[in-house]
Amino acid sequence: MKLTLKIWRQKSANDQGKIVDYKLDNVSADMSFLEMLDVLNQDLIDKDEEPIAFDHDCREGICGSCSMFINGRAHGPDRAITVCQLHMRSFKDGDTIYIEPWRATAFPVIKDLIVDRSAFDRIQQAGGFISVNTSGNTQDANATLISKQAADTAMDAATCIGCGACVATCKNSSAMLFVGAKVSQYALLPQGQIEAADRVKNMVAQMDLEGFGNCTNTGACEVECPKGISLDNIARMNRELMKASI
Amino acid sequence: MATLDSKIPKGPLADKWTNHKNKIDLVNPANKRLIDVIIVGTGLAGGSAAATLAELGYNVKSFCFQDSPRRAHSIAAQGGINAAKNYQGDGDSTYRLFYDTVKGGDYRSREANVHRLAEVSTNIIDQCVAQGVPFARDYGGLLDNRSFGGVLVSRTFYAKGQTGQQLLLGAYSAMNRQIGRGKIKMYSRHEMLDVVIVDGKARGIIARNLVTGEIERHSAHAVVLGTGGYGNLFYLSTYAMGSNVTAAWKAHKRGAFFANPCFTQIHPTCIPVSGDHQSKLTLMSESLRNDGRIWVPKNMDDVLAIREGKLKPTDISEENRDYYLERRYPAFGNLVPRDVASRAAKERCDAGYGVNKTGEAVYLDFAAAIQRYGKEQAHIKGLDENDKTITTKLGRDIVKAKYGNLFQMYEKIVDQNPYETPMMIYPAVHYTMGGVWVDYNLMTTVPGLYAIGEANFSDHGANRLGASALMQGLADGYFVLPYTIGDYLSHDIRTGAISTDTKEFDEAEEKVKSDLDKLINNNGTHSVDYFHKKLGKIMWNKCGMARNEKDLKDAISEIAELRAEFWKDVKVPGTAGEYNEELAKAGRVADFLELGELFAKDALQREESAGGHFRDEYQTPEGEAMRRKEFQYVSAWEYKGEPKDALLHKEELVYENIEVKERSYK
Repeated sequence: MKLTLKIWRQKSANDQGKIVDYKLDNVSADMSFLEMLDVLNQDLIDKDEEPIAFDHDCREGICGSCSMFINGRAHGPDRAITVCQLHMRSFKDGDTIYIEPWRATAFPVIKDLIVDRSAFDRIQQAGGFISVNTSGNTQDANATLISKQAADTAMDAATCIGCGACVATCKNSSAMLFVGAKVSQYALLPQGQIEAADRVKNMVAQMDLEGFGNCTNTGACEVECPKGISLDNIARMNRELMKASI
Repeated sequence: MATLDSKIPKGPLADKWTNHKNKIDLVNPANKRLIDVIIVGTGLAGGSAAATLAELGYNVKSFCFQDSPRRAHSIAAQGGINAAKNYQGDGDSTYRLFYDTVKGGDYRSREANVHRLAEVSTNIIDQCVAQGVPFARDYGGLLDNRSFGGVLVSRTFYAKGQTGQQLLLGAYSAMNRQIGRGKIKMYSRHEMLDVVIVDGKARGIIARNLVTGEIERHSAHAVVLGTGGYGNLFYLSTYAMGSNVTAAWKAHKRGAFFANPCFTQIHPTCIPVSGDHQSKLTLMSESLRNDGRIWVPKNMDDVLAIREGKLKPTDISEENRDYYLERRYPAFGNLVPRDVASRAAKERCDAGYGVNKTGEAVYLDFAAAIQRYGKEQAHIKGLDENDKTITTKLGRDIVKAKYGNLFQMYEKIVDQNPYETPMMIYPAVHYTMGGVWVDYNLMTTVPGLYAIGEANFSDHGANRLGASALMQGLADGYFVLPYTIGDYLSHDIRTGAISTDTKEFDEAEEKVKSDLDKLINNNGTHSVDYFHKKLGKIMWNKCGMARNEKDLKDAISEIAELRAEFWKDVKVPGTAGEYNEELAKAGRVADFLELGELFAKDALQREESAGGHFRDEYQTPEGEAMRRKEFQYVSAWEYKGEPKDALLHKEELVYENIEVKERSYK
C-alpha cells in the first residue's frame, strides 16, 4: 500500500517543531508500524536526510518504550496494544497517517517523537516499593497465605508497562492510572500494608510536583491503556489516600 | 598455555559456598561508604546487584541505555523462574535442580557454580514475595508452579506470562528505594563505550550520554557488567532492538577473556519470519509446551495442500499427524530441552514438512488441551462431558486464563486465532550461554571487573533450561556478587576516590572519540542496518542450528570481509554531539562484526556437538548431539588484535558429583 505520513519533527527540546510530510510506497500489511518507520528511515538515510527519532526496544509490547500518538490516539487504532504491536493491516492503501509524540507538560519532547518520561521514575522513587532488604533473609515465601483473588488483582495492576499512554490521552495529562496501578498492587497484598499510608501520600505528592493534572473521570486512560489497567485502580488509590489522611 | 584459575573453593560440593562466604574478607559498614561501584545494565542481574550493593552501603552508579531502568530486556521474559522449593512435593531438591541444570547444559558448565545457583534459588522466591511480586497462587493461597522443559518436576514459579516483567519491576522497585535514598546515582540513556584500566585494575568507564552525545568519564573501585547477551549478532532474534555486546566486547578488548561464544540458544517456539522487513522475532513462551502438542503432517500431500491453502491444519486427522517430539522422546515428549526441540523442528522442516509458505514452521496445537481441561471443568460443574460445544468453551476459558496474553500476542502478529487453529512456530535465537569468562567470584580476568547474569558464561553450559535465566540473573545480583565483591573491595578501603584526571582516562576517552568520529566522517554508501542484516544472514546460515567445518571457515572469511567493507563504506548520518541512534547502532554493529568472527572460530575449534552447538560431523546414528570427552573444557579466548588471532585458554571441567553420561530424553 501507499501512504502519506505526517510526522512531528523537532530537532531538540528547545526547537519549535513542525509536522513534515513523507510519502511511502510498498508498505506490506504484515509489517508492524515500527517496521514501516524503519523502512521510511532507511529511505531518509539513503537520501542523506535525518532519520526520525523514536523510542522503541523490545518490540513485543512489554518494555513500554514506544510512545506515539497516531491519528489522534495513543498507540494508534486498535485496543490493548503498543505501537510495536500495531500492524499495517490496520490501515489501507492511500491512507494519511498523523504521527506525533506524547503531549504533556510533564513529558517534554527530547527529539522528534521521543519524550522524557523520567517523571514516572521519580514518582516510583518517592514510594513505589516495599522497604524490605534484598538479603533474602525473609520468611518463607509460603508463610503468608494470599488469596488467589488478591494475587490476581494485584497482578492485573502490576502489568502496567509505564509507557505513558494514559497521560498522553488524558485531556488533563493526569498520571492517576499509572500511580493508581502501583499503589493498588501493594495495597492489595499483605506485604504492602505496613507502609501503605506513607506510600500513597508520597507518590501522589510527587505526581503533583511533576505537573501532571487531575482526574476528571473521563476514562480515556483505561480505553487506551495497552495492558487494560482498570479505572478501579484510581478509585482504590483515592480510597487509600483518604484512609491515609484520617 | 596459561591455565585459568576458576578459584573454586575446596571441600564437599554442598559446603563450598557456605565455607567460602565464611572465609572471604568483609568490608565494614563505615568503609563501604568510601567505596564506589559502577554497574552497567539494569536488568535482573544489574538491577538486583545495584539495589543490594547500595543497601549494603556502597556508593553505586548505575547505567542503562534505555530511558528507564525498568525497560531492560529481562522485562520480556515470559514463562517463569525455577527454584528448588519442592512446594509440590514431587521430589525436587537442591541436588535435582543442580543435576538437571548440569545435564541440561550438556555437561559444559561448572559444577560448583551451578550448585550454588541451586542453593540460593529458594532465597530468590522468598525475597521476591517479600518485595511484593505477585506470583500466581492456587485457591488455597499458596504459590503455584508449572513445568518447564528438560525436567520431571514442577519447580517453576510464574506471574502469568509476564514473570520477567514482575521480577524486573521488583528489582526496579528495590533500586528506586536506593535512588530515593541517594545511594544509587542513576544514569539512564547512557551507553558504556569503554572500561578504564588503571594499574591493571578496572577503575572506571567511558560512557556516552545518548541524548546530548557528550562523552563522560566515571570512576569507581570496581566495575560490574550486567549487560546481557549478544544474540542480536544474528540480526533477527527475540532480543530487544538495543541489546548489544558492546560493553562486554570492550571489556574483552581490555583483557577480559570471552568464553564459549558459540554456545547460543535457539528457542524452539517463536513466531516464524514473515518477510524481509522483519526487525525482530517474537517468542511464544516455553510454558506453552505444558499444554501444546507439536506436530507436522505425516504425508507430504497434506503438507503441500496446506501450503497452497487447500487444507487447514484442523482438517488433518489424528492418524495423519506426526507428533514428532512425542514419537522420538516418549519420556519427555513435548517438554524436551530447547536445543533438542529446535533441532527436531529443523529436521522435519529440512525434510520438507514445514507448514507455511517458506517451509519453516511447525504446529503447536492446543486442541487436545482445550478438550482435556473442558472435560475436567464439565465434570466439576456437573455438565455433559461428551458435549463438545460445552467442553470447548470451558476448555478455552482455562487455556485463556493460563496463556491469554501469549495467545493475544500471537493473534496480533499473525492475524490468526490460536484457540481455533494451531499456532505456527519456528526456532529463533533467544539467549547466549557464552559470555565473559568469570571465576567462582564472578570476576573476569581483569581484576575489579565483574560480569553477572547473561553477560557471563558460567552456569548454563552448552544449553540453558527454561526459567533458569531469571534465576541466574537474580542469584548473581542479589545473593552472589554482593558477597564476593566485598572480598576484592576489602583491599580498597584506604584507596580513596579514584581520579578521572589521569592518562588512562585520557587515553580511553580519546579512543572512544576517534572511533565515533571515524564512523560519522566515513560518508559511505550503505546504512548500518545493511551490514547488520548481512552479518545476521551469515550467522544464521553458517553458524546457526547446525554447523560444519566448511560453513564455519566460509563464515570466518565472509565476516572478516564484511567488517572491512563496513569500515570503508558505512554511512552514519548526523553528528556525534546529539541524539543519534544510527551512530549508537553503528558502534554496536562494529563490535558484532568482530564477535561474529570469534564466534565462528570458536564453533570451528569445538569439534564436538554439545547442547546448542551442533556440528554435522559429530552426531550419533540417530542424529543426536555427540559430545566428546576431549572437549570437556571451557574455551576462554584472549584478545590479541584481530579476532582470528585470539588465543585459546582452556579451563578443564571436572565432574566429581555427577556422572557424565549421554544426555538422553528418551
